Amino acid sequence: MSSTPLPASQNIQITINGAAKQISVRPWTSLLDLLREQLNLTGTKKGCDHGQCGACTVLLNGKRVLSCLTLAVMKDGADVVTIEGLQHGDQLDALQQAFIDCDAFQCGYCTPGQICSAVGLIREGKAKTADDVRELMSGNICRCGAYPNIVEAIQRVMETAEANGRA
Amino acid sequence: MNSFSFAVAHNIEGALAEIGTSANAKFIAGGTNLLDLMKENVARPSHLVDITRLPLDRIEEGPEGGLRLGALVTNAETAYHPQVEARYPLLSKAILAGATAQIRNMATNGGNLLQRTRCYYFYDLATACNKRQPGSGCAAIDGYNRIHAILGTSDRCIATHPSDMCVGLAALDATVRVQGKAGERTIPFLEFHRLPGETPEIDTNLALGEVIVAIDLPAKGFVEHHAYLKLRDRTSYAFAIVSVAVGLEISGGSVSEARIALGGVSHKPWRIPDAERLLVGGAADRQNFERAADAILAGAKEFQYNSFKIELARRAIVRALQQAVDMEDINDSQIHRTTTEPR
Repeated sequence: MSSTPLPASQNIQITINGAAKQISVRPWTSLLDLLREQLNLTGTKKGCDHGQCGACTVLLNGKRVLSCLTLAVMKDGADVVTIEGLQHGDQLDALQQAFIDCDAFQCGYCTPGQICSAVGLIREGKAKTADDVRELMSGNICRCGAYPNIVEAIQRVMETAEANGRA
Repeated sequence: MNSFSFAVAHNIEGALAEIGTSANAKFIAGGTNLLDLMKENVARPSHLVDITRLPLDRIEEGPEGGLRLGALVTNAETAYHPQVEARYPLLSKAILAGATAQIRNMATNGGNLLQRTRCYYFYDLATACNKRQPGSGCAAIDGYNRIHAILGTSDRCIATHPSDMCVGLAALDATVRVQGKAGERTIPFLEFHRLPGETPEIDTNLALGEVIVAIDLPAKGFVEHHAYLKLRDRTSYAFAIVSVAVGLEISGGSVSEARIALGGVSHKPWRIPDAERLLVGGAADRQNFERAADAILAGAKEFQYNSFKIELARRAIVRALQQAVDMEDINDSQIHRTTTEPR
């Protein structure tokens, strides 16, 4: 086997938590690895790295996606929000606060993905009942089994958002 | 994952030129299946061509009263599109029965058609698999084949096609529009995927160097009588053990048209039009449904651990037909849950 040089890195422009960045990435670098390894944004977690657990969920152009199955090089021009970008100044996002208030985690490893996924779920506006929340959160696994409290936290924020919408 | 080179295509001509006719170059869009296969070393492309910037991201009116689904529209955008929900609720339900919200936000319509089997031997490089490595054998035939096919199998491969969306598209008689260097052509949905035969490594009749540009839905959407019943080992985020898409037209108490497509039981979405015709002109009742189910499953062949699938499929067909008659859950939920739980 002759050794061929590795394909070149490519420059992308990407906005992470509101800050525009110029970054050089290898073609095979996942968005997850870019966040964790190159940008030190370790709030986004690597669970299975195969799209089965949801721990790596981030908001890409406003929608919840799996950063482990996303190539960073394909996201030139994109807007990414991670768990580190959800809070408003010194104030936690309503979902972050609800997860604390409802005791919606134990070890906390799945929590950033759960919360980013829940932000996406509420934006999508399709979930009306607890059953809907469970179905539409099925891409986020919690091995501690905090599911009842996670559903409660999400429903609490859904109800507040709905009440605010009516006001 | 092995290293690869990467290029972005800005128009279809550029994409076709970039891919050439190399089996070692691949298009990538949603990436939800391809990147997983690359991490497992099952897929080892040397060059990826990003097609997400191509202008194939629209849902628009199609010919003869139908709807055209762009190949790059995501599964979520398709399932929740007002025209799809109103005119093709069967398709919405089938899509929402598959994967998760995150994956549906990423996966595209074209990619859904091209996803590969989830046979665990296909994924396991330590085992024989004619689909992954032609000529190496099939570890599933004499292995733990509980999830495997009962229809259209060959002595080379008993894998199933994993898609839910494709089962809905098969029932709706969709058409796949593809483009290659020679121009555009259409492939009827039932001819898009292949049975394994002697060449299980070839999943579809898409030629090397061609790209899917759209899926055309004909006008008829079975809005009044349809069902997508998915049976699986857990009630969300699992592939079908058996799934059934049904579209019925009923007039004056008798069936005037019937479509029945099965998922999870074959290398492709499974339809037997002759069995569907058995229902035409008869009452929409259990006895006729059982007759049609028996006709669909007449050629079923069991393996050591999947014999249960034949009876399961038979009962699922009858139940889905009854659900399509009753349409009991039509206003049940906006997210169209399809579970095995009694309602």
